[in-house]
Amino acid sequence: MPEAFEPRIVAIFCNWCTYLAADLAGTSRLKYAPNIRVVRVMCSGRVDPQFVLDAFASGADGVLLGGCHPGDCHYQEGNYKALRRYHLLRHMLEQMGIEPERFRLEWISASEGERLRVTVDDMVARIRALGPLRLPEEVPAS
Amino acid sequence: MDNGIRIGVYTCHCGTNIAGIVDVRNVAEYAAGLPGVAVSREYKYMCSDPGQELIQQDIREYALNRVVVASCSPHLHEQTFRTAVAGGGLNPFWFHMVNIREHASWVHLDKAAATAKARDLVRAAVRRVALHRSLEKGRVKIHPDVLIVGGGIAGIHAALTLANAGKHVYLVEREPSIGGHMAKFDKTFPTLDCAACILTPKMSAVRAHRNITLWSYSEVTTVEGYVGNYQVTVRRRPRYIDESLCSGCLECVEACVFKQAKVTDEFNMGLSKRKPIYIPFPQAVPQVPVVDPETCIQFKSGKCKKTCMDACGERHAIDLEMKEATERIEVGSIILSTGFQAFDARRTPEYGYGTYPNVYTALEVERLVNASGPTGGEVVLRDGRHPRTVGIIHCVGSRDEKTNRWCSRVCCMYSLKLAHLIKEHTEAEIFNFYIDMRTPGKGFEEFYQKLREEGVHFIRGRVAEVTDWALDPSEEGSLVIRVEDTLAAFVRRIPVDMVVLATGLEPRSDAQEVRRRFNVSCSTEGFFLERHPKLAPVSTFTEGIFLAGACQAPKDIPDTVAQAGAAAAEALALIDAGFIETEPNTAYVNEESCSGCGTCAPLCPYGAITYSEEVRKAAINQAKCKGCGTCVAACPSGSIAQNLFEDDEIFAEIEGILSYA
Repeated sequence: MPEAFEPRIVAIFCNWCTYLAADLAGTSRLKYAPNIRVVRVMCSGRVDPQFVLDAFASGADGVLLGGCHPGDCHYQEGNYKALRRYHLLRHMLEQMGIEPERFRLEWISASEGERLRVTVDDMVARIRALGPLRLPEEVPAS
Repeated sequence: MDNGIRIGVYTCHCGTNIAGIVDVRNVAEYAAGLPGVAVSREYKYMCSDPGQELIQQDIREYALNRVVVASCSPHLHEQTFRTAVAGGGLNPFWFHMVNIREHASWVHLDKAAATAKARDLVRAAVRRVALHRSLEKGRVKIHPDVLIVGGGIAGIHAALTLANAGKHVYLVEREPSIGGHMAKFDKTFPTLDCAACILTPKMSAVRAHRNITLWSYSEVTTVEGYVGNYQVTVRRRPRYIDESLCSGCLECVEACVFKQAKVTDEFNMGLSKRKPIYIPFPQAVPQVPVVDPETCIQFKSGKCKKTCMDACGERHAIDLEMKEATERIEVGSIILSTGFQAFDARRTPEYGYGTYPNVYTALEVERLVNASGPTGGEVVLRDGRHPRTVGIIHCVGSRDEKTNRWCSRVCCMYSLKLAHLIKEHTEAEIFNFYIDMRTPGKGFEEFYQKLREEGVHFIRGRVAEVTDWALDPSEEGSLVIRVEDTLAAFVRRIPVDMVVLATGLEPRSDAQEVRRRFNVSCSTEGFFLERHPKLAPVSTFTEGIFLAGACQAPKDIPDTVAQAGAAAAEALALIDAGFIETEPNTAYVNEESCSGCGTCAPLCPYGAITYSEEVRKAAINQAKCKGCGTCVAACPSGSIAQNLFEDDEIFAEIEGILSYA
């Protein structure tokens, strides 16, 4: 029997909001799908689009970015920079044949452990429905 | 590995916190086989002394030069393990921490999946740590002055503690007087100390202290900078009376053309009236009146006889032309003690507040029983009667799914206190309606016992409604409290003359604005978030900003004062050290490959990046850089790097997570 598909999701969370939300989910003993692996950066503004591309190229079925809510960035406006890159990158991923649902940016504050749980479960369910990411050998000509 | 990297991996059981879900042995055995790993161990409590010694011994014995600890969140113990690694003779940044408790064992039920996750995370860390560079912590000088925001008992106590230690304090209070909520109370539980007798001497001490600059009627408008060097602007609202000239004689208030006070008195919770020129309460500090431009005739029509100015005479302290002023100060640390607001009882319409005149909030009753209150301490109802029966409803806006879910911690005790005081003043029969009596505190349970002995009734049950709809003649003219008595198991209707709503404590309505201004976080319910609930209860995630009092969570006066002392001690520790070590996670430019495009400079919110036209290169001021890494991600030529978060380290972590072994 073939093994059931378990999505592998790389999550890149900012140190001050979303990483703490994940800590809070832990201290609150909330339960969510075990499919994400968190990489901590200081700010979502640190997320180089290449990190996302590298994750997909290395076998991730999805990438989740987490930052502070607009106006709440620990570094004032790093999350806005992340948002700009996110939209551009999402567009690019689509052109590469990667479904936009596989790449997600969420604002989750340090107090939103529950929101983190819901987001992760939702993303895992969506990617489970999409199936594993199969990168085409070449980028299709547009 | 032939690059000389020798990694020690330590997987922590955390008692059963981790080991109960994650197969710790499996993770440790797995890690032992990873490239570069010289030793891999599991241990019950890695953060304990023996756990830390284990690392240090192995560093010597196995000639380790990198360490990975898989345990809890780095927010909890990263510093602990860095110190341990440094104690073993390595650079503290040759270390990486893996979070397999908050991010694995505590959030998953599937043991195999949680173990697999822990293995992935450890593998990623092993790859990452191999690339770690040695780094030095930076140092920032601490400006010795402290800003305290909020002049309730928390701010007052913190200010006096710091000022007595010889530090200069700016105490900023929004209201015309310091004192906060405590100034409104008559007595404090459980000792029935007179609140004014213990508070007002401290208020006077604030006024008199040469190390305290008190700015009342003022608000902090902007905060810039960082720990050790905050630049703060304070808006000082015009009170139309010069504090430096006023002697506090209050002749002006007496002389106001309003012979009868006609304006709602905020301090007395609207139970009395004041004049347009007024002092909030007799012991106010500063002892200087305020002119309310909304109601003063001179401001409204410009045609007042200005009898107040005549009364002031030669002092000329009244200046109706006074303008708002702005103060700019530099401080090294900040204490937020902005307090709470009482739950608005109108949000629970079933209890009839605002509908039935004889339904009161607890704060109103505090004023009623207060000797300096609107009735001189006499408990009279709005219709002039003295109550013969009183119902106190607990948990109004607390422990309620529809309003606030938390327990406000002080209401059970202040309800007991008010029951005692009302009984003392009126000999009324008193009913307390409670969900659970919560009396954990020194002398609290004894006080509860005392009240029972005094004959106060306690009925367990959440009140359904307060109504004036009488079902039989005995209820006519009364307020009827309808409640299920859950101990007697039947629904009761209890007619009373007066209802007191024990309203809960909630975050101030502008807490979110204040939070943003000071760059701190809020917890789910909206109170300011402490750095760690147990180990750093007065610190925030922003270095140099501390919390005291009910802005952090509902708490009583003893706990507030204790926390204020703790916050003052934290600020003192910073000041006396003279400097703080900073995380070496700053960004830096690789000049060789920098093309001088200038993309990075405008991205930095701290102005840390300068661009030299002369050499066509960017440079980053290490003292100004806060280490967000936004410029690093933006640099088109990859010429900006970030210490601790180097590109290759992050790539190694991502690829490590995804590489199936």
